[in-house]
Amino acid sequence: MSAGNGYKVIGTRPVRHDGVDKVTGRAVYGGDTRLSGLLYGQVLRSPHAHARIKSIDISKAQALPGVKAVLTGADLPKTGDTIVDLGEGPARLKYMSDNVLATDKTLYSGHPVAAVCASNVHIAEEALDLIEVEYEVLEAVLNLREAMKEGAPQLHPDMTTQEFGEDTGRTSNLATHFQHKLGDPDTAFASADVVIEREFNTATVHQGYIEPHNATAMWNADGQITIWTSTQGSFAARAQTGAVLDIPVSKIKVVPQEIGGGFGGKIPIYLEPIAAMLSKASGQPVKLIMTRPAVFESTGPTPGSHIKIKMGANKDGKIVAAEAYIAFESGAYPGGLVGAAAMCVFSCYDIANGLIDCYDVVLNKPRSFAYRAPGSTQACFATEHVVELLAAELGIDPLEFRLKNSATTGTRRIDGVVYPKMGCKEVLEAIRDSEHYKSAAPSGPNQGRGISLGYWFNVGLQSACTASVNNDGTVSLSEGSTDIGGSRTSIAMQFAETLSLDVDDVRAQVVDTDSIGHTDVTGGSRVTYATGWAAYKSALDVQAQMCERAAQLWEVEVDQVAFEEGVFSSGDKSYTFKELSGHLDETGGPVIGRATVNPDSGVGGSFAANIADVEVDPDTGKVQVLRFTVIQDAGKAIHPSYVEGQMQGGSAQGIGWALNEEYYYNKDGQLDNSSYLDYRIPTSLDLPMIETIIVEVPNPGHPFGVRGVGEANIAPPPAAMAGAIADAIGVRLQELPMKPSNVLAATQASEGQAALAAGG
Amino acid sequence: MKDFEYCAPKTLREAVALKAEKGEAARVLAGGTDLIVQLRGKRFAPDRVIDIKNIADVNELSYSPRKGLIIGAGVPCWRVYNDAEIAELYPGLIDSAAIIGGIQIQGRATFGGNLCNSSPSADTIPSLMTHSAVCNLIGPNGKRKVPVVDFCTGPGRNVLEPGEILVSLQIPGIKKNTGAHYQRFIPRNEMDIAVVGVSSQVVLANRGKEFKEARIALAAVGPTPIFAAAAGEALAGQAVSDEAIAAAAAAAQSLATPISDMRGPAEFRTHLVGVLVKRTLEGAIARARGKFVANAVQEAAG
Repeated sequence: MSAGNGYKVIGTRPVRHDGVDKVTGRAVYGGDTRLSGLLYGQVLRSPHAHARIKSIDISKAQALPGVKAVLTGADLPKTGDTIVDLGEGPARLKYMSDNVLATDKTLYSGHPVAAVCASNVHIAEEALDLIEVEYEVLEAVLNLREAMKEGAPQLHPDMTTQEFGEDTGRTSNLATHFQHKLGDPDTAFASADVVIEREFNTATVHQGYIEPHNATAMWNADGQITIWTSTQGSFAARAQTGAVLDIPVSKIKVVPQEIGGGFGGKIPIYLEPIAAMLSKASGQPVKLIMTRPAVFESTGPTPGSHIKIKMGANKDGKIVAAEAYIAFESGAYPGGLVGAAAMCVFSCYDIANGLIDCYDVVLNKPRSFAYRAPGSTQACFATEHVVELLAAELGIDPLEFRLKNSATTGTRRIDGVVYPKMGCKEVLEAIRDSEHYKSAAPSGPNQGRGISLGYWFNVGLQSACTASVNNDGTVSLSEGSTDIGGSRTSIAMQFAETLSLDVDDVRAQVVDTDSIGHTDVTGGSRVTYATGWAAYKSALDVQAQMCERAAQLWEVEVDQVAFEEGVFSSGDKSYTFKELSGHLDETGGPVIGRATVNPDSGVGGSFAANIADVEVDPDTGKVQVLRFTVIQDAGKAIHPSYVEGQMQGGSAQGIGWALNEEYYYNKDGQLDNSSYLDYRIPTSLDLPMIETIIVEVPNPGHPFGVRGVGEANIAPPPAAMAGAIADAIGVRLQELPMKPSNVLAATQASEGQAALAAGG
Repeated sequence: MKDFEYCAPKTLREAVALKAEKGEAARVLAGGTDLIVQLRGKRFAPDRVIDIKNIADVNELSYSPRKGLIIGAGVPCWRVYNDAEIAELYPGLIDSAAIIGGIQIQGRATFGGNLCNSSPSADTIPSLMTHSAVCNLIGPNGKRKVPVVDFCTGPGRNVLEPGEILVSLQIPGIKKNTGAHYQRFIPRNEMDIAVVGVSSQVVLANRGKEFKEARIALAAVGPTPIFAAAAGEALAGQAVSDEAIAAAAAAAQSLATPISDMRGPAEFRTHLVGVLVKRTLEGAIARARGKFVANAVQEAAG
């Protein structure tokens, strides 16, 4: 296999290192954790969307034979008003703690109120029924726009609105209001030849991982706690658990297990402190696995939104001004994802004047969390709609219109960021040059094609890596990034490339928090970028040490040793990496390379685009995807199959978000579709083979040019689907999901208007 | 899940005694694809679960032109659709059997269980109704027969008395020039519960140009599956035409009493009744005329 570009390993497609364990079922996921004396825990959850807890009587549950411990929010340490930043931005510790176990109020149906552990899971379940909770049911608010109104039921009577960085002192469900402004939007709109404004609503959706949340904990008699869990960040889980339990992180070891999907939803903790406290109380290890309804009712989701977009352009097709109003659900506690939406809403275009007006709103739903390019999908759905309308109004081909306005090197985003070298234009050109785009659009009745363009900024953050050289010339690589998308292999590949090793000679493993330096979460598409960079740097460290060993053996100065193509040499003497590895014992013992990184600049954002062909059943409103292509800038694709897998995965999730996914609450604020039967993610029968086109515009801020590819791909699908549906039936929807009943209602409304117009 | 007693009787007599003894606190287990989920979801907490699959009578699957089709209450879907003769004669029933869950579910799930679970959205019940199926029941007071159209009384409720068990479903032999078709609307292409389901059966006369008889039944648009008798009866004697079909669709719509829930708003469901009555009548007519009409699985397989 040749990789081109002078690379030997990067760009090839080796079998993934964790593949055999996963396809043979031997991989150990969180739920597979087994320890002697293990107890099983269960969590009691509030049936009410909003209630005051008047009393909890656990005596009957405690008396049930087999029950070992019962826990309520009162057992967690009092947190006061501490503000903590544990990987997801600053937050009030009380909010984090109350989300683990409610104390005074329950703020969503599914909010944990108590937990038990018992000798088996059935006894634990029975014990839940014996816990008596007296609630004072309060009026709940589950609609974003209702929650923002004056007089709406208040979730946090002491929460005051932060506006433009100042505390207003006003209590309301509006947690934060902020703006970004660039240039002079008012004047620019006044000068525009065409101005279009539209309003959008998107539903609350779940990340939809298949593996439920789990945690197993052992609180040892010496005060040391070990937690086995499926998490996106073992260090984040350690920090959050330590904060909630008010114990130093040094007392906690988190052992990350294999993870069955996270997509952002396994960054926060839910069960870890409960498992630890139950273990402390019982003196035995305790395992908890969430039920599927609990996963839907109390984890994730990602926010529903209300967005208004106004854009103005000149006759020559240049966008001159843009304005966005973005209100996001934050769920039960403040600190939602509207900030990220603001960074993405106009990020694909070079626009000199703009205003982005953002609102973070609490309401009686579970606390919102990240979901793959959080905030970008909602924003992209709205912006691309208006972009399409502007192009149509100006009579310019929509792809040409995007190319004309494409963000590029030096573009200043409305939120202030100035782009380094970016692949926006290249991604658009890849649409234009693709076989799919050049092929005739489907022309049957009710068939259509749409395109869209989306963005995710990616992050850097801290990573650590150690590399231990074995005497047979293989390398054991330890890193702390929990592996969700095959990152062990793509990190091993970057290490192998640096030292010209065979990729199968580098074994990467994800180790626990006592065994590696602090590594931030697997999120923000950062792992291949940042942990890969740490692997590269640790390989250079190994190289330097190995050169010293060679110098010692050959009795030359170290600067007289060269290393090229995997061979150390000096004059006529040479050793391959493997040969030299056999001489480590005689030159001072093992070689361990190490590196840490915290790249704050150089993170390369990624653009992604779609071409979608659909057919709509005009009688039922059901949309069938006929053909779907995803195009994305990977900077440099380390393992192209994984890059394609990320692109296809994001597309599948984006199509689900577009067509059917939504939280459906009943009038009492309870979630009626907390199962994969009624929370409808696409199945294999709902998707065509998703075609991929990798664009490579190397990121100048990374040794191999990597841009994270995990997220941008989920941004454009709903917009592309909306465009395709519009092309098919002439109605452009402003609401997600575009489920059959919504598509049909929109069609009927449009026909009604047409009939009225025709009838005069 | 609460502990329960598990019994696997070998005779109907034993089964009836076991069930009668516990009354409402006993549940019958056939395929278990509903019951086990319900036990885990705490919808029921029975003291006793009676597995009927060891009883010979409930495993009968037979066809004869005189007695028609007998489907024992324990016969899983796959046995029905894998029987070439039955599949040939009753494609309208296979439409239902082939779309209940996936392959694994169809390996266990039964027509009898689907009926006794009495969900308004059950996929087999409308087809059983249009095929004039009759339930053979046995209880402490002996045997009785109840037409499927009279079986369900509410969501999850039916005419079974305490101690009474469904033994089999009996479906009359197929008359000449008969065709039936079931379709459900789901937002995805598989693995969903019907938003609306419709079965239509027609008997044609006058070389396929006229309706002799028609039966239409609806799922998921009322507290029980609905036998839309009036919608079918109005077709008898009429020429096969778009107008007649549209009138039947409208008549069926007027009999639907759907609710709005996570599977769809009420007005959307009423609309879908019209769409599916039309589509299933067209499918039934085509089959009555000897044409092949693919079911959902055949369609997905291309």
